[in-house]
Amino acid sequence: MTVTEDRQVGAGRLRKEDARLITGRTQWTDNITLPGMLHMAILRSPFASARITSIDVSAALDRPNVVAAFTGADVADVQGSLPCAWPVTEDIVHPDRPPLAVDAVRYHGEAVAVVVARDRSSAMDALEAIDVDYEPLTPVLDLEEALADGSPLVHPDKGTNKSYTWIFDSAAAGTGTDAAAADAEVVIERRYVQQRLIPAFMEPRSVIVDPGAGEYTIWSATQIPHILRVFYALLTGTPEHKVRVIAPDVGGGFGGKLQVTPEELITFMAARRIGRPVKYTETRSDTMLSAHHGRDMIQDVRLTARRDGTVTGISVKLIANMGAYLGLVGPGVPILGAFMYNGIYKFPAYRFECTGVFTNTVITDAYRGAGRPEATYALERAMDDLGVELGLDPIEVRRRNWIKKEEFPFTTVAGLVYDSGDYDAATAKALALLGYDKLRAEQADRRASGDPVQLGIGTSTYTEMCGLAPSRILGALRYAAGGWETAAVRVLPTGKVEVVTGTSPHGQGHETAWSQIVADELGVDFDDVEVLHGDTRSSYKGLDTYGSRSLAVGGIALVEACRKVRDKARTVAAHMLECSPDDLEFTGGAFRVRGTPDAAKTIADAAFAVFAAHDLPDGIEASLDADATFDPQTFSFPHGTHLCAVEVDTRTGRVDIRKYVAVDDVGKVINPTIVEGQVHGGVAQGIAQALHEEAVYDESGTLVTGSFVDYTPPTAADLPDIVADRTETPATTHPLGVKGVGEAGAIAATPAVVNAIVDALRPFGVRDVPMPCTPERVWRAIRAGGAS
Amino acid sequence: MIPVAFDYLRASSVDEAVAALAGAGEDAKILAGGQSLLPVLRLRLSAPSLLVDLGGVPELRGVREEGDSLVIGAMTTHDEVSTSPLVRQFAPLLATMAATIGDRQVRHRGTLGGSLSHADPAADMPAAAAAVEARYVLAGPNGRRVVPASDFAVDLFTTALGDDEVLVEVQVPKLEGWGSHYEKFHRMVQAWAIVGVAAMVRRDDGAIASARVTLTNMGPTALRATALEQALAGCAADRAAIEQACAVAAEGTSPRDDLTASAEYRRHLVQVLAGRAVAAAAGV
Amino acid sequence: MSSGTAAPSQATSTSSISVTVDGSRYTDTVESRTLLVHYLRETIGKVGTVIGCDTSNCGSCTVLLGTADDPGHSVKSCSVLAVQADGANVTTVEGLAGPDGSLHAVQRAFHELHGLQCGFCTPGMIISAVDLLRDNPDPTDDEIRDGLSGNLCRCTGYQNIVRAVRAAGAELRAQVTEVRR
Repeated sequence: MTVTEDRQVGAGRLRKEDARLITGRTQWTDNITLPGMLHMAILRSPFASARITSIDVSAALDRPNVVAAFTGADVADVQGSLPCAWPVTEDIVHPDRPPLAVDAVRYHGEAVAVVVARDRSSAMDALEAIDVDYEPLTPVLDLEEALADGSPLVHPDKGTNKSYTWIFDSAAAGTGTDAAAADAEVVIERRYVQQRLIPAFMEPRSVIVDPGAGEYTIWSATQIPHILRVFYALLTGTPEHKVRVIAPDVGGGFGGKLQVTPEELITFMAARRIGRPVKYTETRSDTMLSAHHGRDMIQDVRLTARRDGTVTGISVKLIANMGAYLGLVGPGVPILGAFMYNGIYKFPAYRFECTGVFTNTVITDAYRGAGRPEATYALERAMDDLGVELGLDPIEVRRRNWIKKEEFPFTTVAGLVYDSGDYDAATAKALALLGYDKLRAEQADRRASGDPVQLGIGTSTYTEMCGLAPSRILGALRYAAGGWETAAVRVLPTGKVEVVTGTSPHGQGHETAWSQIVADELGVDFDDVEVLHGDTRSSYKGLDTYGSRSLAVGGIALVEACRKVRDKARTVAAHMLECSPDDLEFTGGAFRVRGTPDAAKTIADAAFAVFAAHDLPDGIEASLDADATFDPQTFSFPHGTHLCAVEVDTRTGRVDIRKYVAVDDVGKVINPTIVEGQVHGGVAQGIAQALHEEAVYDESGTLVTGSFVDYTPPTAADLPDIVADRTETPATTHPLGVKGVGEAGAIAATPAVVNAIVDALRPFGVRDVPMPCTPERVWRAIRAGGAS
Repeated sequence: MIPVAFDYLRASSVDEAVAALAGAGEDAKILAGGQSLLPVLRLRLSAPSLLVDLGGVPELRGVREEGDSLVIGAMTTHDEVSTSPLVRQFAPLLATMAATIGDRQVRHRGTLGGSLSHADPAADMPAAAAAVEARYVLAGPNGRRVVPASDFAVDLFTTALGDDEVLVEVQVPKLEGWGSHYEKFHRMVQAWAIVGVAAMVRRDDGAIASARVTLTNMGPTALRATALEQALAGCAADRAAIEQACAVAAEGTSPRDDLTASAEYRRHLVQVLAGRAVAAAAGV
Repeated sequence: MSSGTAAPSQATSTSSISVTVDGSRYTDTVESRTLLVHYLRETIGKVGTVIGCDTSNCGSCTVLLGTADDPGHSVKSCSVLAVQADGANVTTVEGLAGPDGSLHAVQRAFHELHGLQCGFCTPGMIISAVDLLRDNPDPTDDEIRDGLSGNLCRCTGYQNIVRAVRAAGAELRAQVTEVRR
């Protein structure tokens, strides 16, 4: 027989997940109805800062169909405090965060009371009967004012609005930024503002808590069922083995569902008090007010260089808005960026200082990229300005600083070891796809003719750290948990395979990609693999999905589990073929005796033999399964070059993206179709930060972008065609070669777009436009630039 | 979210709707296409005790010719207005503007009468109706009356409609030989206009014989840019002359500062957009 | 209550309605304030249609609203009262496939061109695409983008959705040609 290798890895397999999603047979949490299930509605604070002087829910209890109503005071001694798992410094100020406010509210939308009723309408109706007296206080909203003496305090008992200051300084290792600045021939000093964003996953969050006899089953639209289970146990005193968390189909997350939420805990308390299943499905208005926001930082950046373009150091002072409390990983978000302000470059000196600040706003926490988009934005904007200062093309000034292919592995000034990359190759491909030279010529023509529509080209050559994360590094950074991931593989008697993964997909296509990996590793059919996830009863161990970690960590655990299964099957097959395991090679989906390829046993053959267990080799248990837990030794470092060409109507300030090119190098690719989709979506969110989105609190602390009318994710008509291509430089630090792709687009796109806008407007003296670059802001920048 | 509970009446005639409104007073609201009303009710920003649905009144729907006018029923949807051959022939500006409203789903439900009666300053149809000098037919307990577009919108979200009156139809004088164009400027395709300029131009060879220009979101109601119309009368039909004339486009306007734009920017924008709208309407 | 009766109607806080959804007829008493989407999801269990916002922006709840003879047009079922659908025919994503389970060309194209990731917007997006292609069987990419502007997707950047709608349009045109032969 001929042995053919029909590799699944690398093929653009269509997704297994789609069958239920395109026919409406999906199991979203809000689709689930349990017998006797009650519905909860939450009353939220209309004030950003106020003392609660009284709350009376008695009238609500009299409303039809109402079963229960309670306030923070009613549960004050049992509700505990929502967790922050990343206290980044020893002396971090870490206030309690009660799920239900007790005597004070600290942001618009904070939960103050709940009603539980037989139906959703009755619960909402009864909220209007709750009587709350507030004594409004002056809110703290501005980051710098919050740090000034005499500012009102978000937590008066803490005596400060500062949560922490975290510093990295390369001077400790010899080279400092001050020395670099003293010798600098060029200094670029800039302030960039990362506006506040709302992750805006499409499925509003929903949770059901079903209290059984001393045990709880919880469905939640979460990215982190495993982490949630641990915290449910810790926070509610329920033994961990009596808590089962299920993340059914989850409609997007982008970091926004990486949280242990007030609503999850309040629903639990309601179900426990009443003894019946309780569901809470938020409205979009609730999402906007209460689900965590992202970004919201002020970055002061100083880049020093020689006149030949060589950068000699970068220093960054960051103020990061934590919101009114600390989120699950909120304080760590800027720290995830701290290792990235040197990007792909060989900077010799680097200093980073971040101060986390409390304000009377909802918490900030992870949003697609989490720290790395902010870092990349500041760096790539500053690199463009350096190029202008020196009269160098933006590509050229980058090239003079970036790490060359032959210089890998490279230890960066931030202390990370980049294993591989090829920045020249990705950039060359991007330049060709964009038609860079031709566009530059057109730009020159438009400038010369004074065309009211100007052309700009923006560059972003980024890298990021993916595969969160080596547990020992997380420990050193004071993160409470590890960064390993786990997978279990079991071969059923008929040769079908069940995979249990600790990752928790919510749109990423793990069921498909994991099947491809297993198909190749075990020589089984793609369709014969079932991937189980998101239920702590079947998937009892895992650290879930965020930080572009699932494939780069969980995928490798899966490979290792498959290889354990294969090794066991090899022993069984050798026994069946009456040869030594060393005589077998695994090709074409079967173990074959070297030199006699027709003598073969498949995994299915071995599985049935193990099932029958009539004649197993010594020391082999009657099961063909294995699990593996992988803890990465280092991060992975995808990179790429994104180029954006914009047309700016200088009369109205309107920006139109004419062409967008993304060339990403995410290492080895399991499924190019899925990778491309991830890039598209990430780029769209990056463009949205540059042009469209901003969460705004007014001077009273009211969230004025409280719906999709005012907080405006782009539609199809607002986004350009995206040209996505790849180069492939495998990771060298693990067997799969993958690097991670979930966040790349969102990290790369924002500076590419804003650099393009600023590039278009250089002749007008413009060197910055605050994000989002709305038509009015662009128009104002042109007027201000022209005046200077 | 879920609206506060209300009573519902599906009227089968205009008289029945008027009677129901007269009986309920200001606690009643008319439900036309519901595309503005239902979101408001869902957010509980309004809690009427009665909704009178006009969806079951056949006479309110459709476009017909009546002498020198087109008559468009108040319950005719934006989609029907934008695709009606009659509207496209005799009032193409209305068809063009209706096609820019919201999105397909909204245009399938949202109605001309609903939009005009809601009188949102950022809505497109009030400016369209003003530009074509539409006349509004209102039915009340004492019969019907006709109100010109210029008198219909009174203020922000306020019209000449009494609590017990129903907008029945809109009469649009047939116009031929006019060019028209709507220049809508919004941040996002789905969003309301920051500023919109509707222009109708009748040319006399190389000059503009007559022009009508109306503005969206430049004041509490759709506005007629009268200073600009005067400046354009007799103006040469070339880009430079038109742009020069459009320097007065913001005269008499009172735009607001809001989350999407400042008044200052709107005053600037209206000049640029007027230049483009008029030039396009004039075919230059 | 039903439309078309000559007798004066009565204002009521609940109504009996009869709606045909995906080919099956349902008769229920609903509160006047019940939104069509809540009726679909909670009264008759058609949970394939979902709710993503309060303000009629996201389009996740899009269905076709028509009559027995005409599938009608796309509407956001969060902005239609259930009582307004009395006597109407509603088509949701659950009713698109053929009686034998064969997928609609738009569903197939979304799968084949990876036009979905988390899939939450997908039911509404697919219905909008079906409606668009009925009005405009051969849309340009710009017409597709504009035609889908009532539906938000946060995952795909719309790139593959546009591709899928383009491909589905070609497929549907080919089907029509086939039938005409």
